[in-house]
Amino acid sequence: MKSLAELEAIREKALKEINLRDNTDKIRVVVGMATCGIAAGARPVMNAFVEELNKRNIQNVNVTMTGCIGVCRLEPIAEVIDAKGEKTTYVKLNAEKARRIVAEHLVNGHPVVEYTIGAAEENK
Amino acid sequence: MKDLSLHLLDIVQNSIKAEATLIIIELEYCAGKLLFKITDNGCGMEPEILEKVTDPFTTTRTTRKVGMGLPLLKQSAEMTGGSLSIDSVKGKGTVVQAEFIAGSIDRIPVGDMDETIKVLVQANPELDYEIYFRNEMREYEFKTSEVKKMLNGVPIRNMEILQWIGENIKDGLKEVFGGVLNEISG
Repeated sequence: MKSLAELEAIREKALKEINLRDNTDKIRVVVGMATCGIAAGARPVMNAFVEELNKRNIQNVNVTMTGCIGVCRLEPIAEVIDAKGEKTTYVKLNAEKARRIVAEHLVNGHPVVEYTIGAAEENK
Repeated sequence: MKDLSLHLLDIVQNSIKAEATLIIIELEYCAGKLLFKITDNGCGMEPEILEKVTDPFTTTRTTRKVGMGLPLLKQSAEMTGGSLSIDSVKGKGTVVQAEFIAGSIDRIPVGDMDETIKVLVQANPELDYEIYFRNEMREYEFKTSEVKKMLNGVPIRNMEILQWIGENIKDGLKEVFGGVLNEISG
């Protein structure tokens, strides 16, 4: 069983880092987590976003969830809302695509056009 | 839904929307039955809505007319010969309880409870969760309020802390159900 001593050690470490980080959440990633999203595999997508951001030590992105975004047939869906409030909607995601969005969009600022809703609807 | 942990993630969304601050999740194996119970202190439902809530064409959403979360859980329970019951008091909260016949060939596995809890805590760190796993001999409990107290101001939404929570829940599941249900990794 995971011990409370371990938790205490993590706490101490986090406490040291907390002062160093810029806590302003400039970018938001919102994952659709209604029945449709969950059934289509939104949970591993959300975990991939969180883990990849952590791996790259990116602190200014807040990953959260919302209800049904409205196009259930394109789930799992995630929206990236940047500091200016501009929204990019990504569709038919999986964990691997989520990691690529972190690298290209969230780190380098270039949206992954081929995963966007616009691209998905064009190819129909 | 493939497993119980995905149903859990889905049903808890209802509690979050009902503005609950505490969500209690119980999974209990007793006399051949697996009880899966979610209790919240959210806004509850009017009796008229409660009556229709397992009808897939009932939803409080205004954008469209379907709501599949509870009907799907009902289906999963009934497939095994079990049942679903919902109690709700307006202003007090809601209890959703699904009863599965554990040995039924149609019973879905428990799945990755730890992944679901990690996602829930990550997305809504201000909410509190209590998790209980029980069988005839053992009990495991986990309370986010206790973790927060121990963290003493350090945010719970920290990757290492979330991982610790996930591992803790995985251990609990193994300790209580390992060998009885033997399906921890889904």
